[in-house]
Amino acid sequence: MDKSRASVALSEETRALLSRTPAVIEPGHTFESVTETIGHVVLSKRTPIGWFLGFFVAFILLMVLNVTIGNLLMKGIGIWGNNVPVGWAFDIINFVWWIGIGHAGTLISAILLLFRQQWRTSINRFAEAMTLFAVACAAMFPLLHTGRPWLAIYWLFPYPSSMGLWPQFRSPLIWDVFAVSTYGTVSALFWFTGLVPDMATLRDRAKSRFAQRFYGMLALGWRGSAKHWQRYETAYLLLAGISTPLVLSVHSVVSFDFAVSVLPGWHATIFPPYFVAGAIYSGFAMVMTLAIPLRKFYHLEDFITMRHIHNMTKVMLVTGMIVAYGYANEAFFAWYSSNPYEQYMMYNRMTGPYAVFYWSLIAINAVMIQLFWFRSVRDNIPLLFILSLLVNVGMWLERFIIIVTSLHRDFLPSSWDMYAPTGWDFSMFAGTIGLFLALFFLFIRFLPAIAIFEMRTIVPEAKLKAEHHG
Amino acid sequence: MAEFDNATALVDAATKARLAGYRKMDAYSPIPIEELNEALDLRRTRLPLLVLLGGIFGGLGGFGLEYWVSVMAYPMNIGDRPLNSWPQFIPVMFETTVLGAALTAFVGMWALNKLPQPYHPVFNVDAFARASTDRFFLVIETTDPRFERHATWKFLEGLHPVGVSEVAP
Repeated sequence: MDKSRASVALSEETRALLSRTPAVIEPGHTFESVTETIGHVVLSKRTPIGWFLGFFVAFILLMVLNVTIGNLLMKGIGIWGNNVPVGWAFDIINFVWWIGIGHAGTLISAILLLFRQQWRTSINRFAEAMTLFAVACAAMFPLLHTGRPWLAIYWLFPYPSSMGLWPQFRSPLIWDVFAVSTYGTVSALFWFTGLVPDMATLRDRAKSRFAQRFYGMLALGWRGSAKHWQRYETAYLLLAGISTPLVLSVHSVVSFDFAVSVLPGWHATIFPPYFVAGAIYSGFAMVMTLAIPLRKFYHLEDFITMRHIHNMTKVMLVTGMIVAYGYANEAFFAWYSSNPYEQYMMYNRMTGPYAVFYWSLIAINAVMIQLFWFRSVRDNIPLLFILSLLVNVGMWLERFIIIVTSLHRDFLPSSWDMYAPTGWDFSMFAGTIGLFLALFFLFIRFLPAIAIFEMRTIVPEAKLKAEHHG
Repeated sequence: MAEFDNATALVDAATKARLAGYRKMDAYSPIPIEELNEALDLRRTRLPLLVLLGGIFGGLGGFGLEYWVSVMAYPMNIGDRPLNSWPQFIPVMFETTVLGAALTAFVGMWALNKLPQPYHPVFNVDAFARASTDRFFLVIETTDPRFERHATWKFLEGLHPVGVSEVAP
């Protein structure tokens, strides 16, 4: 008697706890309902009108990208605002910005998997897709800033060229080539591996002949055999383990592009961790920006619950604070170094011609994110959407400040100059946003945006009954 | 082939079948079930070893490439540093290690699973379409030494399945 009462009391306590912490999946779902809800978005014959509207906007921006690239290839990178001394400008700002956004996808799919964070399950698939598309957008900038990409291959990739030239492996730019191409490849493998069992599900549920063939081909003949699952799970875990150091290395290598140089404001040992934290921070902001409309329009609130929103906000708060620490650290060491060039760099950032951008980024990344401490803010979805967009603006400004203020006034005042982007700079950037959104719209229409088989594993049905544990 | 409507019944059935002496069988489920590995007495996969080898190969290959390019094929004096300035070769070596391991994990897993395989007899059973949603299946193959058409059928029926069916080859 006592025993049973104790267990009832405990379960009530647990229930009280649970009601404070929203669940990772709303109660009442079964294998069938999970599969149907997610699969329906893809298999349904009707495409929502909102999808067409969104895709239309994205498509227009994508065409802007095409025009920009066409003009760039005809005239050369002179159409951009890059000059001497600001030789690196929008191209590298946008590259770092996009690559950073990708990092959240890998963090969610790999690192949170290793830490057994169940809440990752419903957001990992589209976060990984976001990674792939962001890496694709990022890769456009370094490729196109060479002006004639097809002539630049010999110093990017080691291949026996007819000129007998080889890449310079002591250069951080070559490290970058290897880091980003490896990152893109491994992310794609990881993403496709996760998709295969879901492709089998869609193959078996599809009504139209075309869909059956399309998903059937992607499913590779997957049949859910126990032997296959065993190797599959092993491979998935191994890929997660491999991706974890990889994702930390990618933004570290990106930061080496700056840190290895001797320029004031770039030559700093804080750069790798500060860049990685910034990447995760901006990436989670982008996941949030995508998740909020996605769950709303496709009625996926049962799967992407308030728990996910809360946790993502908390990750943004922590990584945002690390970034803010990075700013403080930069300012402190500029002063403490007693190096006049370092000191002037900081003084110029805070009071120079670009000071308004510096203070905007401080206002967003150091001050505004303090709002995330409040539960009322974490519960307010429209506000969170706006704040996430602002975080992405803030992180873009951070890269602008790091790159432009350090370059435009370096050691010799005689070589100082100002930088201003041209319309083509902006159209290129807007165009990659179009590419990203267009790919994302196609993704949510044709592939399951939430991992169906992984969602099944968190439904109560997946638990074996007690007598088998004995 | 016997069909079950929950994971517990499948693990139970697989255990019983193994105790009854069946060896050539396989189970199919919409989610990975760890307990099935034990119930079916599956051997641990060789994949981790292959991935380790792939990673080592990638790392050595990356370093070999950098060494060959920087010391032999195209030696360049940068700030009078040694030609084999290996600390600067580490980032690329790390990336090729990761690439080697990841490609091995991906290719190795599909190859060991013998996928892609567009045709398999189990797909001939209509009920099997639900194996990717919410049904669980246990298959005893005819090549099993203890297989005997009627006895095996009776045995599967004794496991309280939702249904039993024969798989056309």
